[in-house]
Amino acid sequence: MKTVQFREALREAMNEEMRNDPNVFLLGEEVAEYNGAYKVSQGMLDEFGEKRVIDTPIAELGFTGIAVGASMMGLRPIVEFMTWNFAILAADQIINSAAKMLQMSGGQYHCPIVFRGGNGPAGQLGATHSQSFEAFYAHVPGLKVITPSTPYDAKGLLKAAIRDNDPVVFLESEKMYGDKGEIPEGEYIIPIGVADIKRKGTDVTIVSFGKIMKVAHEAAEILAKEGISCEIIDLRTVRPIDYHCIVESVKRTNRCVVLEESWPLASISSEIAYHLQRYAFDYLDAPVMRVTQTDTPFAFSPTLIEEALPNVPRLINAVKATLYRN
Amino acid sequence: MATKAVVKPTKTTKKSTSTGTTKFSKETYIKWYTDMLLIRRFEEKVGQLYIQQKFGGFCHLYIGQEAIVAGTITASRPTDSHMTTYRDHAHPLALGTNPRVLMAELYGRTTGCSKGKGGSMHFFDKEKNFMGGHGIVGAQIPMGTGVAFAEKYKGTDNVCFVSMGDGAVRQGALHETFNMAMMWKLPVIYIIENNNYAMGTSVERSTNVQDLSKIGDSYEMPSKSVNGMSPEAVHEAISEACERARRGDGPTLLDIRTYRFKGHSMSDPQKYRTKEEVAEWMEKDPIDHCLDVIKENKWLNDTEITDIAAWVKKEVEESIEFAENSPYPAPEELYEDVYMQKDYPYIKEY
Ligand SMILES: Cc1ncc(C[n+]2csc(CCOP(=O)(O)OP(=O)(O)O)c2C)c(N)n1
Ligand SMILES: [Mg+2]
Repeated sequence: MKTVQFREALREAMNEEMRNDPNVFLLGEEVAEYNGAYKVSQGMLDEFGEKRVIDTPIAELGFTGIAVGASMMGLRPIVEFMTWNFAILAADQIINSAAKMLQMSGGQYHCPIVFRGGNGPAGQLGATHSQSFEAFYAHVPGLKVITPSTPYDAKGLLKAAIRDNDPVVFLESEKMYGDKGEIPEGEYIIPIGVADIKRKGTDVTIVSFGKIMKVAHEAAEILAKEGISCEIIDLRTVRPIDYHCIVESVKRTNRCVVLEESWPLASISSEIAYHLQRYAFDYLDAPVMRVTQTDTPFAFSPTLIEEALPNVPRLINAVKATLYRN
Repeated sequence: MATKAVVKPTKTTKKSTSTGTTKFSKETYIKWYTDMLLIRRFEEKVGQLYIQQKFGGFCHLYIGQEAIVAGTITASRPTDSHMTTYRDHAHPLALGTNPRVLMAELYGRTTGCSKGKGGSMHFFDKEKNFMGGHGIVGAQIPMGTGVAFAEKYKGTDNVCFVSMGDGAVRQGALHETFNMAMMWKLPVIYIIENNNYAMGTSVERSTNVQDLSKIGDSYEMPSKSVNGMSPEAVHEAISEACERARRGDGPTLLDIRTYRFKGHSMSDPQKYRTKEEVAEWMEKDPIDHCLDVIKENKWLNDTEITDIAAWVKKEVEESIEFAENSPYPAPEELYEDVYMQKDYPYIKEY
């Protein structure tokens, strides 16, 4: 094992896959000469050259469409968005083209393409630069949506995404790129759609994904000292969702809190709550709770950010509510 | 290694406007000098405060580009509107917004020009018709054109100034918008603040046609390249564009050649350009230029010049004091200004 930053894990995944397959290439704003706005693609231009590590103008809709078309020809583009907020300009090509191509063409054309970049709030960046897109893209049949929380998962899942024959949305975070974690020396793949139990526990299941997983870990530590044992499920993929893992866990703990960094309406948490009341109703000893961002756009001021985001006290509160210990 | 694009500050095109220094009055020069000095000192301070971590977020400075707003303001009317990018500190300062509310916004305080909700990238001042501060590259191009649409619809003779970077012109929305703006002859003036770089990408590395004044050609939009280090040249180009717009002849595209003396934002190692290139442009500092003209013409004596600097210093210092003594928004304010509907039923849990 070796310790790497999140950004290095992503880079290793891309480097290995690009060495393995000449059809894989990377494009996006500042990915080549600048070595990536967040240095994920550092050194890749040097190794692979301009043909395969391509700087684009600020033209999200255009370069995404070009990548989708290239993928119809059997190339395997990795499209880096400086952040997913800017990919809203490209959403037409992701949702209307890539996600629909296979079905519209009656199975003749498919899009082996990965869309990746920073997702979610990353400090005082204001309303337009702080959005989380898990639920947005999970909503769309035809896409797969990955949201890793550790360097280990990031590498294995990104490799799986690049090899996958369907369009994959891969959600990272500017705030996670510097996080360190252990990964094996050699190549490995983590299958898409499989959740991971990051902490074993008996009293309550916390389901989460992505950057906010940290809050789950912290809360579980504190609760452990109070004698409350939390199981933490990291979904890792939000389309498809590993419902089986969640239901089996809740059958053991009989309680569930979903922790999500984004807005509450039409969210991953509402989906999971539906699923649990439908398929684990008889096992639940308390209503499924959730902790999400407030039902408001993200604002600039630190006090408003503090109010908006899920945090450890809020999660602890919700966990205790499922145990009727408030 | 990044290939460093070499751009010469002296580079002018055949369309460039000459910069006569005698055409403008003493008052105009003093206004330009004062406005630009306020912007410069305000932002220098902002840069320092940012490094001291007095506030967070992204912070993009306009330093070096001041002549564009200075020349635009003297050539326009208070009833005209302005919409720009996230590099938005200079516009409201030149329009006369109190520096205090701008500083307070940077500090995320409730007294800020956007109540601490927008931050550096989202300054607004409705009183001055300053319509933002927009963080999504290119978003203001269609929106600002919509403002012009409304002016025409209402039958006013106001214009809207839409500023954008040289990188922003690569957004497809520009082309959709230019087509409609020309077809409908909307009173809009597109200002490319062409500082030759979009983050680390030079104009040279992002297009086949490096003369950005040609972007409007397929719509037959009147266009011109302008020396952006000269408030005189900017003023003249803007005046001409305003006349055209106000008489109903539609938009103008101005490719205003400028340079940002600082990095793209506060975290930019600037490996894509040389120190020599930066130094060469800094010699064209429009503030120095205006001061030279003022001195040559003996319009102000040394004491009067020092008085301006002292006034600017005081304005900036007071803005910091004001910001630091202002409260942060209360947590409940998160639920204000999201909907006009006062009793909107938010989902509320923990
Ligand atoms: C749609 C979109 N894509 C990318 C970004 C990230 N971004 C912010 S500023 C910038 C460069 C813009 O350069 P330019 O238009 O030349 O303006 P300048 O910063 O030089 O004033 C980029 C890529 C963004 N904010 N919005
Ligand atoms: Mg620029």
